[in-house]
Amino acid sequence: MSEHIAPTRTLEFEARLKKRYAAERRFRRLGLAAIVFSVAVLVYLLGTMTLNGIGGFQRAELEVPIDFTQAGISADPATMASDGAVQSLQGQGLPEVVQFFAEQSLGDEAAEQLGAQAWRDVADAIAADPSILDRQETFWLPASASLASGYAGEGSEQMQALAQQLDEAGKIDKNFDTGFFARSDATNPQQAGIWGALKGSFLTMIVTLLLAFPIGVLAALYLEEYAPKNRWTDLIELSINNLAAVPSIIFGLLGLAVFLTLFPNLRSAPVIGGMTLALMTMPVIVIAGRNAIKAVPPSIRDGALAIGASPVQVVFHHVLPLALPGILTGTIIGMARALGETAPLLMIGMRAFVASPPDSFTSPATVLPMQIFLWSDEIDRGFVERTSAAIIVLLLFLLLMNGLAIYLRNKFEKKW
Amino acid sequence: MVTVVHQNLEDTDAKMSARNVSVFYGDKKAIDEVSIDIPTRYVTAFIGPSGCGKSTFLRTLNRMNDTIPSARVEGDIMLDGEDIYKSGMDVVQLRARVGMVFQKPNPFPKSIYENIAYGPKIHGLAEGKDELDAVVEKSLRRAGLWEEVKDRLQDSGTALSGGQQQRLCIARAIAVDPEVILMDEPCSALDPIATAKIEELIDELNGRYAIVIVTHSMQQAARVSQRTAFFHLGKMVEYGRTSDIFTNPLEQRTQDYITGRYG
Repeated sequence: MSEHIAPTRTLEFEARLKKRYAAERRFRRLGLAAIVFSVAVLVYLLGTMTLNGIGGFQRAELEVPIDFTQAGISADPATMASDGAVQSLQGQGLPEVVQFFAEQSLGDEAAEQLGAQAWRDVADAIAADPSILDRQETFWLPASASLASGYAGEGSEQMQALAQQLDEAGKIDKNFDTGFFARSDATNPQQAGIWGALKGSFLTMIVTLLLAFPIGVLAALYLEEYAPKNRWTDLIELSINNLAAVPSIIFGLLGLAVFLTLFPNLRSAPVIGGMTLALMTMPVIVIAGRNAIKAVPPSIRDGALAIGASPVQVVFHHVLPLALPGILTGTIIGMARALGETAPLLMIGMRAFVASPPDSFTSPATVLPMQIFLWSDEIDRGFVERTSAAIIVLLLFLLLMNGLAIYLRNKFEKKW
Repeated sequence: MVTVVHQNLEDTDAKMSARNVSVFYGDKKAIDEVSIDIPTRYVTAFIGPSGCGKSTFLRTLNRMNDTIPSARVEGDIMLDGEDIYKSGMDVVQLRARVGMVFQKPNPFPKSIYENIAYGPKIHGLAEGKDELDAVVEKSLRRAGLWEEVKDRLQDSGTALSGGQQQRLCIARAIAVDPEVILMDEPCSALDPIATAKIEELIDELNGRYAIVIVTHSMQQAARVSQRTAFFHLGKMVEYGRTSDIFTNPLEQRTQDYITGRYG
């Protein structure tokens, strides 16, 4: 009679065991490979974007020393403090003065390549501090687009040679361009900035938030706390879930058909853009809100009801405060999506060239992703860099918003 | 089948009385024709096997069943002779008069102080901070929790131990000065020491409030109650003095349950 061998001690069992371990190792390696791949793609994307973008935050500038004591320009403090400062200086011939000193310092050929609007930088400096009119001051003024590309090693041979020559004399340099955050769109990449688009985005987001947040939260509260569970509420729930999955360009068409028909003279205004994006954000807030409200334990509601709180008190004293972190997280994520949205805004005319920042909810504006889209269409080398810089700014904002969402979730998450 | 009611119940002053109460969940009948008088000065215990409907019946006494859309109640339930299911009955007021403590301690995720002060605040029972402070202290003292928490009233109510949380919930119910307190298996989530404290507390509250307690534990019913009702399959089988029910049941099913033959 053979000795009994336990089934877990046989050779076949050990072979099977080896196979199981091998399968596990394979699975782990595959998972690791997937992560390495995604991280590599992300690093490549951010890397190229940053390398391109760094140029976008800078611009090629020419050194122009101006001796104001010889310029014969006067500035009385009252005019300088008013809006007419730049006009007044232009009237006194500041552009010619700047051009003259540029010729003195750089030579005729290079002075030609001073940006056409360069004198405005000087005018701004005088308006900010009229006392510089009593002394000599050195300015770094933007070069023309063609000289800038010459300096970057592109464009015509002539410009490259000129840039080389200026570089050797130390009269051209790439400087960080703070004006990038203060100016609006322009035809010359050297003069272009994102302030107009940022402000447009900001105004649009305010409208979106003001519309989508209260409507979304109230809808979520009603559906979770008050609505009877029947076929109609099922239908509404289904519609909301579908709405969240509708391609954004469809919302743009809706905005075009409805809002622009109602308010035809508000084309490209932040208020219409905000309303269109609110349509898109609302379902996201409703879904996130309902989940957050559902997660509030029923025992809390029971406890409040049992001491005689009315249903409205239960909602506003207990359910809403506990659900708020979840609702806010959903809202911020929905807003981040709206901030990065381009397609629906194309439809309602926010792709116009807007050279001045919007000063109200109803003035023509563009938004950051739209600015990126518009610039990416340009061929000029300067705009390629500006595009990357704007993308970096947009990504930073999105990152900030998502970070805020995570922070809120962790900070206010209640345990019970 | 008719409920056996022991005839030696001398309470004439019924705080709440139910007559032919049936409760339906959709088409399912969960409670079948229950009639009972809840005395003013005693602790009444509902015992019976799981699913016998004792908790369901308890929840009809302060209309907490209203929160379940499919639940429907037939028959009359009176509080001081007033039908609590009549149209025009104010549920908010009813629940302030008939408080409830749940199976699982459910303090609000707010401070201990806020937990107690919430009821008086929403009902406008306390004027100003001093009066509210006094109500909070009185309620916590009655619930036997004051000495343990007086130095940390601003800590979260959820940070307390399970037994303390349950006493906090009792204090929360007491704070609005109810006439009846319903307790739905208040000790089933607690350890024996915390259970003993709650039972002690029930003893102290006895007489001040009419108390109805649902319990799984027959020993607990025997320890804390003066009246016991035995429920089985949605019917109230037998109701009488606790001592009679446990020593001298008239029904075979009661006898079987208390001797542990089923349940």
